[in-house]
Amino acid sequence: MSANTEGGRKRSWFSILTMTFLCLLWTVPTLGLLVSSFRPRIDIERNGWWTALFNFFDTTWTTSNYSNVLTQKDMAGSFVNSIVVAVPATILPIMFAAFAAYAFTFMSFRGKDVLFVLIVALMVVPIQAAFVPLLTLLGPDGLDINGEYLAVWILHTGFGMPLAIYTIRNYMSTLPRTVIESAKIDGATHFQTFWRLIVPMSVPVLAAFAILQFLWVWNDLLIALLFLGSGDKSTVIVNLASLLGTQGQGAELLTAGAFISMLVPLLVFFGLQRYFVRGLTAGAVKG
Amino acid sequence: MASVTYQNAERLYPGSTKPAVDNLNLEIQDGEFMVLVGPSGCGKSTSLRMLAGLEEVTNGKILIGDRDITHLPPKDRDIAMVFQNYALYPHMTVADNMAFSLKMAKVGKEERMQRVAEAAKLLDLEDYLERKPKALSGGQRQRVAMGRAIVRHPQVFCMDEPLSNLDAKLRVSTRTQIAALQQRLGITTVYVTHDQVEAMTMGDRVAVMKDGILQQVDTPLNLYDRPANLFVAGFIGSPAMNLVQAKAGEGAARIGEYEVPVDRTASSKMRGAITVGVRPEAWRITTKEEGGMPVKVTVVEELGADAYVYGTSGVEGTPSDIVVRIDARKNLHKGEMIYVTTDPNHVHVFDTESGERLSE
Repeated sequence: MSANTEGGRKRSWFSILTMTFLCLLWTVPTLGLLVSSFRPRIDIERNGWWTALFNFFDTTWTTSNYSNVLTQKDMAGSFVNSIVVAVPATILPIMFAAFAAYAFTFMSFRGKDVLFVLIVALMVVPIQAAFVPLLTLLGPDGLDINGEYLAVWILHTGFGMPLAIYTIRNYMSTLPRTVIESAKIDGATHFQTFWRLIVPMSVPVLAAFAILQFLWVWNDLLIALLFLGSGDKSTVIVNLASLLGTQGQGAELLTAGAFISMLVPLLVFFGLQRYFVRGLTAGAVKG
Repeated sequence: MASVTYQNAERLYPGSTKPAVDNLNLEIQDGEFMVLVGPSGCGKSTSLRMLAGLEEVTNGKILIGDRDITHLPPKDRDIAMVFQNYALYPHMTVADNMAFSLKMAKVGKEERMQRVAEAAKLLDLEDYLERKPKALSGGQRQRVAMGRAIVRHPQVFCMDEPLSNLDAKLRVSTRTQIAALQQRLGITTVYVTHDQVEAMTMGDRVAVMKDGILQQVDTPLNLYDRPANLFVAGFIGSPAMNLVQAKAGEGAARIGEYEVPVDRTASSKMRGAITVGVRPEAWRITTKEEGGMPVKVTVVEELGADAYVYGTSGVEGTPSDIVVRIDARKNLHKGEMIYVTTDPNHVHVFDTESGERLSE
């Protein structure tokens, strides 16, 4: 039971079928959301989205959810807010983490290992547990930046960094060490080595982490709601969540809104995906 | 003037009790090609990296000319290094790779280009200046690494086994190229290798190291002719010198019944257990009647010009392996018995215990 071969191994139908099945299974919720976003509210409440799919031509399809969500609430404004939040909250942690990862990988200083373990240990802290002290710290009694973008940038940077440092350091430690030594002899400072050599060679991991962090920040509800509120600085996700009334009214808008909000992460993903290249360090050292 | 001087230089790794480089004293003349050679772990690379500033010097001093560079950062030492694995910058073109150090030293663009062009011409890399390292062959990458060192016009070249990643044929040709290039540029060079053939063919002088300790420094020929101790005797030369356990006798060393003639210095100094060393080419084939040492042939390696006979000496007590170089046209076969002898001036006598050379 095998078709053509690839890489010398027989391709098994079983694995192909299993894979296809799993892919479809994983897509089901999104499909449901997509179908629902094109149905009027009354239909959504009457029966499940699959009935619409099975009676494709007998169902009323509408785009009014989309037009409503775009006009009714200040969606355009929230989009801008989301971008204002997400872009610095992606760039800042990556930049700091890359600096830190460089230090952890290529410099030697006292307490390096302890510090690294400490940072990795921070990944275990659930962010919810940190909210109350942080609200006090950033609130009127503390720095008084609650409700400013700055507060959210700082928080996302802080929460994102442990994982970022960990991932980036692991990648950097695979870079050829003699290249760094060579730079040292060539007279490059740490700063020059970092920007001219390490960053260009670390592009894949930086891109990967950028996607991860961007998605996380873009989809974040808790931090944005707590520290920016649902006022004129509310992000798309906060705005969408507020569409949903206590009795479930507005659920149809939520489906459309969710799809709109997915657009940006998708663009980011496809935009950065081309940086996932293997063999960036090919030719540096004799392999 | 750019000589290099190691003064009691020591490198002790933290957490270790035995220094990787122990009290190294070595003087390298201006323009000299010095090869550091030894088995892996002997401290030769560490010594080089101490000179380059990549390894801390825990004790002693290193001078370039009369500048004490022991604690200077690498960039201020006026050295250039060629790494074993080339360590090129993968995302830069060949030209940028070579110009990088000049850029860091804030050399103007025009001069940079000119120096790169010079080096490229010297190394036959002119057609590859715009390529990235991954589009180059191993030999070309090696030349780029050389070029990167040359453009700096340094006082000292540090080369850390730059040929060991090339295939055998390329290694031989590059060996000559590097030696010729060094001679032409006249830049003091410290070259590390584990390959004693490389050391012998390239070096003006060769420093043999073992376990972090310098064993002997001399010209290749002197090392070959007068090894200072057992280690050097066994390490330099291929096939290696025959080293046979013997007992000190009156004016001769005794290997079983066979008496090896030794020179006068040795015969006055030797006591008890000694080791006798004879190079494969120093044996003469003789007959049983003339009192040669019996060797039973196990393998004959025919190389065309000459042949090497590998055999076991039939001496009771210590049957040792013996290598004899013979004329290739002498027909010898496995299992045959031959008798060999040698002259006193070709016999190296060592104290078995201390390994010190006893003969002249």
